[in-house]
Amino acid sequence: MKKLIAFGLTAAMVASLAACGSSEGGNKTTAAAGGDTTTTTAAAGGETAPAAADGQGAAGGTFKIGVIGPLTGPAAAYGIAVQNGADLAVKEINAAGGVNGIMLEANAQDDEHDAQKSVNAYNTLKDWGAQAIVGSTTSDPCIAVAAETSNDNMFQITPSGSAVECVTPDNVFRVCFADPDQGTASAVYIGENKLAAKVAVIYDSSTTYSSGIREAFVKEAGSQGLEIVADEAFTADNATDFSVQLDKAKEAGAELVFLPIYYQEASVILKQAKDKDFSPIFFGCDGMDGILTVKNFDTSLAEGLMLLTPFSTTEESSKAFTEAYVAAYGIEPNQFAADSYDAVYAIKAAMEKSGIAADAAPSDVCEAFKTAMTQISIDGLTGAGMTWNAAGEPDKAPKAVKIVNGVYEMQ
Amino acid sequence: MKAKKNKQLIQNGITYAMVIGFWAVIQLLTAGGHISSLMKGLLVPLCIYAILAVSLNLTVGILGELSLGHAGFMCVGAFTGAFLTRCMETAIPSVGLRFFLALVAGAAVAGVFGILIGIPVLRLKGDYLAIVTLAFGEIIKNLINVMFIGKDSRGFHFSIKDSLSLGLEEGGVVLVKGAQGITGTPRAATFTIGILLLLLTLVIVLNLINSRTGRAIMAIRDNRIAAESIGINITKYKLMAFSVSAALAGMAGVLYAHSLATLAATSANFGYNKSIMILVFVVLGGLGNIRGSVIAAIVLTALPELLRGLNDYRMLIYAVVLIVMMLFNSSPKAIELRAVVMDKIRHRQSESAAKEA
Amino acid sequence: MSFLSYLISGISLGSIYAIIALGYTMVYGIARMLNFAHGDIIMVGGFAVFTMVSTLGMAPMVGILTAVIVCTALGVTIEFVAYRPLRGASSLAVLITAIGVSYLLQNLALLIFGSNARQFTSVVTVPGLKLAGGRLAISGETIVTVAVCLVIMVSLTAFINKTRIGQAMLAVSEDRGAATLMGINVNKTIAITFAIGSALAAIAGALLCSTYPSLTPYTGSMPGIKAFVAAVFGGIGSIPGALLGGIILGVVENLSKAYISSQLSDAIVFSMLIVILFVRPTGILGKKINEKV
Repeated sequence: MKKLIAFGLTAAMVASLAACGSSEGGNKTTAAAGGDTTTTTAAAGGETAPAAADGQGAAGGTFKIGVIGPLTGPAAAYGIAVQNGADLAVKEINAAGGVNGIMLEANAQDDEHDAQKSVNAYNTLKDWGAQAIVGSTTSDPCIAVAAETSNDNMFQITPSGSAVECVTPDNVFRVCFADPDQGTASAVYIGENKLAAKVAVIYDSSTTYSSGIREAFVKEAGSQGLEIVADEAFTADNATDFSVQLDKAKEAGAELVFLPIYYQEASVILKQAKDKDFSPIFFGCDGMDGILTVKNFDTSLAEGLMLLTPFSTTEESSKAFTEAYVAAYGIEPNQFAADSYDAVYAIKAAMEKSGIAADAAPSDVCEAFKTAMTQISIDGLTGAGMTWNAAGEPDKAPKAVKIVNGVYEMQ
Repeated sequence: MKAKKNKQLIQNGITYAMVIGFWAVIQLLTAGGHISSLMKGLLVPLCIYAILAVSLNLTVGILGELSLGHAGFMCVGAFTGAFLTRCMETAIPSVGLRFFLALVAGAAVAGVFGILIGIPVLRLKGDYLAIVTLAFGEIIKNLINVMFIGKDSRGFHFSIKDSLSLGLEEGGVVLVKGAQGITGTPRAATFTIGILLLLLTLVIVLNLINSRTGRAIMAIRDNRIAAESIGINITKYKLMAFSVSAALAGMAGVLYAHSLATLAATSANFGYNKSIMILVFVVLGGLGNIRGSVIAAIVLTALPELLRGLNDYRMLIYAVVLIVMMLFNSSPKAIELRAVVMDKIRHRQSESAAKEA
Repeated sequence: MSFLSYLISGISLGSIYAIIALGYTMVYGIARMLNFAHGDIIMVGGFAVFTMVSTLGMAPMVGILTAVIVCTALGVTIEFVAYRPLRGASSLAVLITAIGVSYLLQNLALLIFGSNARQFTSVVTVPGLKLAGGRLAISGETIVTVAVCLVIMVSLTAFINKTRIGQAMLAVSEDRGAATLMGINVNKTIAITFAIGSALAAIAGALLCSTYPSLTPYTGSMPGIKAFVAAVFGGIGSIPGALLGGIILGVVENLSKAYISSQLSDAIVFSMLIVILFVRPTGILGKKINEKV
């Protein structure tokens, strides 16, 4: 009997090897110039049919963009936003005739917010024929993938990988701000606008993003005349109960609580602070954007919340995007979606600048884009006149917004 | 007795041959360019998980103690190894040599942790032991997440708060950055090294099982009191199996750390979920069945990647497959049913054989 | 004053752990299995309440009732489909199956409800208390949680000691073989245990999400593990043990967050578990196991 099972397992292994050898089908979103047709090819480890776009594409052929992010698991909200933002940009560009007649095609792969899986996702995309990568969404996976793309000389632009190390290789660029820059900018903003003197920080010590911002913030706070009266951490395993951290901030008499964290945890902090009759100014960074999209969120809790973010849905420049996004996905876009939308437009601009052919090899694309990226300037959702330096960092100004009557108000 | 020994030798030979065969097939495929990038990227992880499954099988299958903290040992090994590789960058320029030293050190430190943790843990029984190993795994993960280690001309600096409080001089480097862990480890792990380490693991575990020590360990599993009464030192043998298992997991951790550019102690990497995942390989491969562990680890690591085409339904299907496999493999009714079916087939075969004759 | 405040939120957290731990402990005591999917039943309870109350606009009580019914049905179904066929198989096989069920529930919820967090509207309408001139605030959720926890404890103890089904449960947990010989329907008893455990999970889900108002498909997993620790801590299989374990765990977790390190609170809680088990290998109130030779 054991032998039968062993045989079955061996057979499964051989089958999986064979399947690994063949190309993988992901969720291909191909959009033709006329109408938006979305073909989703599901191939369970078998041969994938030739890309559907081949027939319908314009004379220019197609350019394949791989998207990586957590589509399942606790961080899925961020990855799905990145996937949607990229898909929307691809559809728009294709509907407008593509890039010099070249159609774009995006394929999003899941990494479950895990470095190893992110590399697997990247390899899957490489098999699919990706010529440029938009991803990874989160920092640690992004660092792991950056090492791989650097090795393969594949162009990579991360929408939201904000850790310093994400863009260390010269083929990697990013749309969002680096973590330390956000921390410093926040401290400067609070200091210059004299928002408060006594400041508490509540941060997630288990994420690179949050601890990176917090460190720069604490470093800069002193020179801005801010006194850190409470500096409290939580971890991903404890991200539902903040009563102790809030009590400590309250006891210490904090006038402002700096929250360099993502909006999902922040929504809970705001609720628990209200229950404790604790109402300082809450101040967040770009991860806070999206708080109004939390389902069933009582927006009155966020009244007066301030955040430094490159993107807001109420701005004139993001109106059209917001409408299209809501129409397509039934939820308001957040900063992740905007970043990845901009990333695709940056690729478009780089394609135009370098005049790359649709069938160029990834390595040639990378070489061409490395130069092109430093020459382009795009008016994106996350900043007007965005440019990039050779180190891969974007040059754009953060905008301070305040939530008034449930909507963002520019400061 | 001799016949039994021969049979064992053949069985072990098949296991080694299978692993070497796997290596040869992949080498051929690679040489011919018939291998996808996904598969290429999966080769090292497959070896890592196979090593982990084999080493956990030593604790769960051979020693008979349920451990839910195997990822903790992997974590200890990974961080020891990566730390060593990073801080000897200037002293030893050769990546290969550093990787080798890291493997030795990672395995040794994880083994020491195995002994330290094993002493209190192995006093407990059954599910209590399981929960304590789970707790140890979580503690290790938690501690590494608050650890900051920096290095400058004055030596090493240590903090559990943040990298600011390390008080580094200009030009000092932060090697371990709390939640961000260790970045910039050279990706020295290759498939051939992975297979060699897997073979090493198999040699250690299979020889242990077939030795006097192994028989003592299995005697403890089958009947502790009887084993004790014939003079087997329970604590010694239990600790031995537990620490060897931990050391091998540590070695797999070093391999893991050298296969990625970033190493962070997240829940997904080294949390209890990872330990459970390894346990799933062991149980599906068969308790005490070393070859089964290798095969199950390879199949179940590759499966979610192969299901990528199914998009959103991928993990759902993985869960269903897991439940169905368990029911098929372990349910008494299913076993009975399979026995009946097998009997019929055998019956028919002998009938047809008889007819032909 | 701040100490009291930390203590009270610790007790509140501990009461939720205790309710979840009761489910673990009962199932373990009677079916001898670690039901890893228990935490995810809490999540299903949370979503059931959310759908009824926030999406369909029903009264909170209707929401809780629906959640209890849904979770009970779910618990019994899971037991019937996934665990019953494995009766007599190794406990490890059941453990792995439970993990499979846990993945299944999480991913089903992810497909149905999406990944974005929801803010949970509290089902508690009891007003909070303000003591010592407003410096000590006790929320309505805390009061209700502690009260519900005590009520459940008392009624569950009474149920087990006074009713025939309860006695049958005790008998099955003592000796399954002997119970069968005495004419007790073991399968039915185990199914009832699952039903009660899952109903408790539904209530725990409503309270958990009311106190910590964030709901995602992964909401239940960490509280589930913590409650499991609490159950072991108090002595798995023991009902007062679950209460004691839950409360101690919650208080220690909160106080170590407040006075030692908010990042190391989990490490401290788990270390405490190890120390306790080292001293008392079957938990605080666990029965001593006499080994038969």
